[in-house]
Amino acid sequence: MTQHNHQDEKKPFPWHLVIFLAPALLIYITFSVYPLLDTLFLSLFNSQDGNSTFVGLQNFITLVTDDNWSHAFWNALLNNFKFFVIHMLLQNPIGLLLAILLSSPKLRLSGTYRTLIFMPTMLSVVIIGFVWQLLLSPIWGISEDFLYNIGLGQYFDAWLGKEGSALITLSFISVWQFVGIPMMLIYATLLNIPDDIVDAGTVDGANPLQTFWYIKLPLILPTIAMVSILTFVANFNAFELIYAVKGALAGPNFSTDLMGTFFYRTFFGFQLQQGSASMGAAVATLMFLIILVGVMLFLFFVQRRIQRFQF
Amino acid sequence: MSNAHSNLSVSKYAIATAVMLSSVGMVNAAGTLTIESWRSDDANIWSDVIIPAFNKSHPDTKVNFAPTPPTQYNSALQAKLQAGTAGDLITCRPFDTSLTLFTSGYLDSLNDVQGLNEFSDVAKSAWVTDDGKDQFCLPMASVIHGFIYNKEIFKELNLSVPKTRDEFFTVLDAIKSESRYSPLAMGTADQWESATMGFQNIGPNYWKGESGRKALLEGKAKLTDDAYVDTWKELAQWKPYLGRGFEAQKYSDSQNLFTLGRAAIYPAGSWDIQTFNNQADFEFGAFPPPVAKNGDSCYISDHTDIGIGINANSKNKEAAAELLNWMASQEFAELFANAVPGFFPLSNHKIAIKDPVAQEFISWRDQCESTIRNSYQILSRGTPNLENQLWNVSAQVINGTMTPEAAAQETQNGLEQWYAPQQ
Repeated sequence: MTQHNHQDEKKPFPWHLVIFLAPALLIYITFSVYPLLDTLFLSLFNSQDGNSTFVGLQNFITLVTDDNWSHAFWNALLNNFKFFVIHMLLQNPIGLLLAILLSSPKLRLSGTYRTLIFMPTMLSVVIIGFVWQLLLSPIWGISEDFLYNIGLGQYFDAWLGKEGSALITLSFISVWQFVGIPMMLIYATLLNIPDDIVDAGTVDGANPLQTFWYIKLPLILPTIAMVSILTFVANFNAFELIYAVKGALAGPNFSTDLMGTFFYRTFFGFQLQQGSASMGAAVATLMFLIILVGVMLFLFFVQRRIQRFQF
Repeated sequence: MSNAHSNLSVSKYAIATAVMLSSVGMVNAAGTLTIESWRSDDANIWSDVIIPAFNKSHPDTKVNFAPTPPTQYNSALQAKLQAGTAGDLITCRPFDTSLTLFTSGYLDSLNDVQGLNEFSDVAKSAWVTDDGKDQFCLPMASVIHGFIYNKEIFKELNLSVPKTRDEFFTVLDAIKSESRYSPLAMGTADQWESATMGFQNIGPNYWKGESGRKALLEGKAKLTDDAYVDTWKELAQWKPYLGRGFEAQKYSDSQNLFTLGRAAIYPAGSWDIQTFNNQADFEFGAFPPPVAKNGDSCYISDHTDIGIGINANSKNKEAAAELLNWMASQEFAELFANAVPGFFPLSNHKIAIKDPVAQEFISWRDQCESTIRNSYQILSRGTPNLENQLWNVSAQVINGTMTPEAAAQETQNGLEQWYAPQQ
C-alpha cells in the first residue's frame, strides 16, 4: 500500500510513450486525419473552371436536390443498400453455417474445405470479376450448358447485362468471394468456446440444436455483430468489382451504380466528362457520414446490448 | 554453331547495353526531345521507323518517345506538367482535355508553325480555341467509322455489299435466316460501342455530317429533330440481328466473335483493322454506313483522335517546332499511316496506304464528306455530359428498354440544362 502511494507521488510523465507512439501518430495524421479533413474542407468549395470559390454547403444541396445529381445520388445509395442487404442476408448466415459445419469434430478434411472456401477472398477482385464474366457469358460461358444439362436451360439469361438482374448477380459474386471472412472469424470464436460449458449443457440434457441455440450462439453474437459492421463498411466502400465488371458508368443504365462508382465518376471524371474535385469531395463526405451514422447506430443499439449480455 | 550463337547473343547484349547507356546520356544532352504519349502500343514503331526517318534529315536532334499507359495518361501528364518534368512534346487528346491544358498555360500556341497549313479546318477543329484564334496541337491521326465484313461468309451466302439501308437490312435478314452466323457482332455491355460504333457511325448520314453537327452547336437543331430520332430508330432495328445475350457481350467478345468467323458484319472503328489483321484468318473488307437511297450523298465519321503540341515550359522549343513541322510532312504521314493501319493522317497530302482494308476506309474520304463525333466539341463540357448520356441512351435503345423518342428527349433535356445556345 505504501509502495503504491510512493509511486503515485513520483510518477514522471511517460515521455517514452509519446516517443514510441509518435511515428504511428504522425503517419496516421498525415495519411488519414489530414486527407479526411482536407476532403471535408474541399467539399465546401466550387472548383469549376480552375477557380476555387467558397460556396458553403451548396455542393451538398446540389447533390441532394438538383435533378442532374440527385437522381444519380439516390440511385447509387439505394443500390448500395440493396448490395448491403443481400450480403447481410446471404454472406453472414452462410458464413455462420459453414463455420458450424467446419467446427464439427465429425467432419473430415475440414482444413481443406477451410482453405478452399477462404481462397477467393485472397484473389484480386479483377480476376474474380473476369472469371465470373466468363462463366456467365452467354457467348463463351459454361453456365448455359450447365443449366441445360440439369433441365433448367430455359431459365438462362444474360444476367450481367440486364437492368433487373445485374446488381443481384454482382452481389452474389461478391458474397461468393467474401463468405470466407465471416466464416473464419466465427470459426475462430467457436473454437474458443470452452468445452466444459458445452459439456455441462450436454450433461443437463441439451440436444445439439439446443446447445447451439442457447450456449454457442450467445457466445458468438459479438463476433457476428462485428462481422455485420465490417460488412456494412465494406459494402459502402465497394467499388472494385463493379468497376472491373461494368466500368465506371455502372451499366446497364446505372443499375449497378454504387456510391463508389458514383464518386469515381464525379471526382476523376469519365470519358469526356471532366472531373470535379469539390463535387467529388462532397460525395465522399456524404459516404463518410453515411458510414459514420451506420457505425454509430450500431454501437448505440447493438454493441451495448451485447456487452450487457456478456457480463 | 552454338558457339557462334552465344557469341552473337553476347554481342547483342553488348550493343543493347551500349545503346542503353548512350540513351541515358542522350536524355541529359541538349537537343534531346522527349515525347509524352498514351500510345504505348506504338513505342516500337517510333523507335524503329519514325525516329530513324526523322534523324535522316535532322541528325543532331535526338528524340525519346516516352509513353504512359492510356488510362493513366491524363493524370500522369497533369502531374508532370505541374511539377515541370513533362517532355518537350505532348500528345494531345482531342477537345476539352487538351484545351484545358492550353488555357492553363501548359501548351504553346502553334499559330506560327508552318506545317499547320497542310491541314483542313475540320482536321484542326479538335485542338483550337472556341473562338478559332489559337491552334495548340498539330493534328496527327484520325479514325474512321464504318462496317467491317467477313468476305467468306458473304461469298458463301451469295451476298453483295449493301449500299442503301434497305439492302443493309436485306443482307442482315439473309444472314439471320440462311445461316448460323450472327449478322452483327456488337454488344451493349460496355455501352460505348452503342454510341460510338452505332449512333456516331450511322448518324452522320441522317444529320448530314458537319452541317448537322454545327447546327447542333449553334442551337439551330435539336436532338429531338427527325435526324436524331431516326438514327436511334435504325439502331433499335439492330436488336434482332445481334447475337444471343448481347446485353452482356463486351467489346472484346464482339472482336472475338468476328475474328472466329461466328459473325458476319462488325460495326467498326478503323482502329480494329490492326486487331483483325493479327487475329482473323479469313479475308475481310469494309463498307461505309449505308445511305437512304442510291446516289444520296454520304457522310462518314472521320474522327480526330490524336494531336501533338509543344510544352510551354520546354527548353528545346526550336527543335520541337522542327519536329512538328516534319510531322506535318508527307513523309511522316506515309510512315505513320502504314506503320499503324487504321490511324489515318489528317494532312491534305496524297499518300499511299498498303493495307487493303485501311485503303478501303480512307478511300471513302473521296466519295463522302467527313465529320467528327457530334458530342466531342463543346457539347460534353457540362453536366449532364452529352457523350456519357449518348452511351447510356443508345445502349438502352438497342436493348429495347427505351424508345428512340425518349432517348432524343432525354439527351435534349440534358443539353438544355447547361448549354446556352440550346436553351
